[in-house]
Order: sequence, then C-alpha cells, then structure tokens
Amino acid sequence: MATETLTIGKALNTGLRRALENDSKVIIMGEDVGKLGGVFRITDGLQKDFGDQRVIDTPLAESGIIGTAVGLAIRGYRPVCEIQFDGFVYPAYDQIVSQVAKMHYRSGGKLNIPMVIRIPFGGGIGAVEHHSESPEAYFAHTAGLKVVTCANPQDAYVMIQQAIASDDPIVFLEPKRRYWEKGQVDLDAPLSDAYPLHSARVVRPGTDATVLAYGPMVRTCLDAATAAAEDGRELEVIDLRSLSPLDLRAAYESVKRTGRAVVVHEAPSNIGLGAELAARITEECFYSLESPVLRVTGFDTPYPAARVEEEYLPDLDRVLDAVDRTFGW
Amino acid sequence: MAKGDPGGTTRSRRAAPRSRKGTAGDPALVQLLTPDGERIDSATGPDGTEYRVDFTDEEYRGLYRDLVLVRKLDAEATALQRQGELGLWASLLGQEAAQVGSGRALRAQDMAFPTYREHGVLYCRGIDPIMPLGLFRGVDQGGWDPNEFKFNMYTIVIGAQTLHATGYAMGITIDGKTGTDDGEAAIAYFGDGATSQGDVNEAFVWASVFNAPLVFFCQNNQYAISEPLERQTRVPLYQRAAGFGFPGVRVDGNDVLASYAVTRTALDNARLGQGPSLIEAYTYRMGAHTTSDDPTRYRIASEVEAWQAKDPIARVKAFLEKQQIADAGFFAEVDEQARRESVHLRERVLEMPNPEPVTMFDHVYPNGSPLLDEQRAQFSRYMESFEGSAH
Repeated sequence: MATETLTIGKALNTGLRRALENDSKVIIMGEDVGKLGGVFRITDGLQKDFGDQRVIDTPLAESGIIGTAVGLAIRGYRPVCEIQFDGFVYPAYDQIVSQVAKMHYRSGGKLNIPMVIRIPFGGGIGAVEHHSESPEAYFAHTAGLKVVTCANPQDAYVMIQQAIASDDPIVFLEPKRRYWEKGQVDLDAPLSDAYPLHSARVVRPGTDATVLAYGPMVRTCLDAATAAAEDGRELEVIDLRSLSPLDLRAAYESVKRTGRAVVVHEAPSNIGLGAELAARITEECFYSLESPVLRVTGFDTPYPAARVEEEYLPDLDRVLDAVDRTFGW
Repeated sequence: MAKGDPGGTTRSRRAAPRSRKGTAGDPALVQLLTPDGERIDSATGPDGTEYRVDFTDEEYRGLYRDLVLVRKLDAEATALQRQGELGLWASLLGQEAAQVGSGRALRAQDMAFPTYREHGVLYCRGIDPIMPLGLFRGVDQGGWDPNEFKFNMYTIVIGAQTLHATGYAMGITIDGKTGTDDGEAAIAYFGDGATSQGDVNEAFVWASVFNAPLVFFCQNNQYAISEPLERQTRVPLYQRAAGFGFPGVRVDGNDVLASYAVTRTALDNARLGQGPSLIEAYTYRMGAHTTSDDPTRYRIASEVEAWQAKDPIARVKAFLEKQQIADAGFFAEVDEQARRESVHLRERVLEMPNPEPVTMFDHVYPNGSPLLDEQRAQFSRYMESFEGSAH
C-alpha cells in the first residue's frame, strides 16, 4: 500500500493524472493549464505527459471553455474544465446554468454532460479583488448541477477522480488557501471502495455542539474544536463535502444528540448555504434543539480589501463565540 | 434528393461560358437561381471559390418537394398556435431555401447545432416534424435523440449552441476524423442578432485557433425580433470572418441551389481539415419573430413586398416549369402530399397527451439525487391525497 504525504494541490494533481490514465475520454482544459501547469500548478506536468490534445490551453474566454466543453461532452468526452479563479466564473455562468445543468433534463435523459468544473475558491491568500470569492450558493441553487468541495489531501485525491467518473455535471470547489496543507494519501485504494462522493463525514466526534463546515472552513473548525476541548467543551465537526445534494444524515443524528448546531462558511450569510442548513436542521431536529441554528459567515459585503480579510473571514474565535451563544440561549 | 452525390462544387478556376461573379444586383452575393427562375451555371465567391450544382431532374424536383412541405408544415404549426394548441411558434417562413439547401448539403455523418427556428433542417435530418411541436405545445422539451439524428436539441439562448458546435468539432479533430472525403464536420446555425453575442464571437476565436471542422451558418433574416441589422453591425456579416482568420461568403439565402452549393463546399473543406468558415445566408423573415410578435410595429409593408418577389419557392417552380422538369400533375401531387402531411401533423398534435406531473422529476441527473427522491415522494403522496376526492 503506497501511502504518501501530499499537499492538497499535489493530491489533486495526482488524482487528475490517474483520471487521464484510466480513461482516454478525459480531457483537461482551461487557461494556462498546459505548459504552465495552471496558476496554482494543479495541472503541473500533465500536458507534457498526455499531450496538448488532452490537456488543452484554451483561449482566454470562460464561456468558451464551458461552452466548447459541452460540445466535447456531446461528442463523448469527459471534460475537466479549470476556471482560474472563483471571481472569473461569471462569464461562463450562462453556459453552466442554462446549458450544462439542463442538457440532460431537456433531452429527456438522452444526453449526458459528464463535466467537472474545477474552481479554486475562497479567500485568505491576500489577493486582489475577484480572487477570493465563495460562489457556491449560485451553483448549489441550480438544479442539474452537483457541487462538492474537499478539505484534505486524501479527499482531494479521491473526490476529483470520483467527480470525473460521475456522469453528473459537477462543480468541484478547491479550497485554494489550503492547497499547501499536507496529509497522508493512500494512492492505491480502489476508487470503487472509496467513501461515497456525495456523503458528509464526521471529522471530529464530540458531544456538546455540532459544527458544520466545508472546504477551507473545515480546518478552521477543527482548530476551534481543539481550543474548545481545552475549555472542556467537545465539538462534533462535520465536513459536508457535498454541497449539492446535501447529505445531512450525520448532521441530523449529531444535532439530535448535541442539541446545538453552528454552520460555518466563508460566503456571505444572506440566502446562503447556512440558511438552507439551518432550515433543514430545524425541520428535522426541532424537538432536540436547545438553541436556534447559528451561522458564522463572511459578511454581506463584496469581498473586502486583503488587509481586512482576516476580519471578514470566519476564524477560530468567531466559531467559538457562536458556540458560546448557543449555550447562552 | 439524398441519392448519390450531386457534386455541389468545384474549386477549379476554369472559365465556364455562362459563369459570372455573383449577380448584377449584388456582386458579393452567390446566386445560382434568380428570383425569376433563371439558372446560373456557376458563381464565384469572394475568395475565388467557384460554386455550382449538378442535380438530376429528380433531385431538382426533390428540392421543390422539400421546400413546399417544410413551408406547409410550418404554416400548420402557426395555425395550431393561433387556435391555442401550441403555446408559441417560431415560423421559418421565407427561410425555407437557406434551411433546405444547407440541410440537404449535410452528409450523414455531419452534426448540426440549431437555434429554435431550424424546422427545415430538422426535416432534412429525417426527424419527425411533430418533435419540435412537443416543445412549443409544452408537453416536453424536444424529444429527438441528438446523436441518432446528428441534430442537436433546439437552443433558445441566443448563440450558446455555436460554442457547443465548436467543441463538438474540436472532438472530431481529436478523434482524427478529418482529412479525408468521408471525414466529419459540424454546422452551427444562428441568426444576425446572435452575431452580437459574446458566445458567437468566442466560438469564432476558438474555431479559428483550433482549426475546427465547422461551418458557421448565419441566416441573416434582417431582424432580431424588432431590431434591424443596422443595430447589430456596420459591416456585412460575412466579412466578420476575415478578422477571425477564416473565409466568409454571402449567399442568396432564398436560393436553395446556391445555399446547397456554398454549404456543401464549406462542409467538405472542413472535413478535409481546412478549418472553419462563415456562411451568411442573406434572407428575410417573412413572418413574425414568433407568434407573440407584431412586425407591423417596426417594418413597412413595401419592404415585405419587395422580399415577397424573391420568394424561395416560386423561383424553383418557375425554373422547373421553364425547363419542363415538372408538370402540373407533379405540382398538384406535391400540394396534395403537403396537405395530407399537415393534416396528419395536426391530428397528432391534438392527440399529444399532457405529461404526468410526477415526470417533472425525471432526468434531472443521470445518477439521481436524494433531495429529488424525497421531493418526488412527498409530491406523490400529496397528489395521492386527492384521489377519490372532488379535486
């Protein structure tokens, strides 16, 4: 069994390589994904090994990337599209929402668009505007799309391959500020035995309150749980992994035990994932709740200048503050 | 008409006795059949390509039959909308030649990406003409299998399909299916209004830099709903191609022979690996944009009358009569077939059942979704709660 220590970025790169090896219909396309290996080097070395017809440097046009990938999918390919940054996906929004998401439905099931749209998302890297956004609600709200995100190297390696192998169109959000985090990755475990793509996972068991997070906020919440434990409070942390469809079985079970739930995401709170999670947990766990479901999120401003993003982004203290409030209700 | 290969075109520069460049009225327009029904042996495009057709009498008669049937079925659909049987209809009236000419120029292996008005191309691809009526009646969203008929679904978002066609054509290249006579090509249909869309311009860029085996077929019917061509462009549309690095040609879109010839040539160039090209089929939308539109608010009757004189079907009929390729018996027989098929179409539209409400949950995802399973179950229970009640 080959277990290696990899960063999330390298685990994604290795997963993409596996997908290219395993299925000749897999094509990677995007801006700078070829020679450069992508601005985050996630596709590093792939064009060199698989050629420029399988790892395609595209013109600088996001709608074009997704629109032509639709055509390639109709032709039988499995395109993996890279959108360079979260804030640059909007020119492709029409193709994603009106075409990618609806093609299977409109065709009465006759056409599949087995496309993966990779988007590095979220803040925390000191970037200029349009490079730190969290657009997941736009996609999770769209019927016909599935949305997933990974929070550790093992999931990055497995989930990217699962997403590519799926016939559903999937928006794959990559926690860009965690690209350099390291972890153990089992490179040989067969994909067929892997943990299901659209399932949430308890990443730290606890008894006093339930914290739901995904992507870059999973690390933040795990750190918060460690701090809380020092104060004698055990938080159960759940990594949602799949944002559409949501898998809340573990969350319901957990909240029925703890009676308290805090949802954490970088995206603004208004009409965001947290609202849906709060509504569904309330509906399912109404008689178990000791307090309302609370949200810890980015604010309802445009993503702010980098020098204040630390204050904008949920951090350990804001998570613990929300947990405290659930106990003070 | 589909029998054999009517040849279509040649790149030879040899002088043909009656060859002339374009027509007297518009030197840029490729025309092989005048509005009066006069055949022109060959016409030369802006890049020197010589266009000609060499049809048998039976093939000429076949084209006429296609044109008449397509117009009659379209008229029937308009009537069905007026009687409340369709929610909407986008008529192709006036554009029959552009669609039948280009549609018959497609080879079996070529893939077409239509807008929502390509009923004539759909007909040429062998798809049951009832299919789009399901979409416009609101009982389904199209219905045909795009891969079976090599004709993608109708696309209502303007210009989006040009990118799909470009990606599909890139796939042809990656599959190694170009460079031979039996290679594949794709064709993207769109209108004059679409040329202002970002997607269409992106498609031009992509097709060019990837040398995609693709024909951009623009039916310039002069209007984007109410907005005239002048609101979309200050240069003739076919000239846009030059800026993107591939050839463009303007063809008389009311001339089925020329529409066939330029499309066949462009497709064959594409399948041979010579890359994309743009065809501007210069035509006119004789009817409304859709049945919800009122063109009297934005265009004058004399303009419509001037185009009436260039009717795509009348000129073929005049040609067939003058050349004694068809007689009165043939024309009557075609009319009778058209009448019969339109009655049949009507009968079948009226019989189209409404879908079961629960089917709205079908085919959202190839792999399904637990959220939808839950909603479907809840909805089914809710619907069943009415069974036996007054509802």
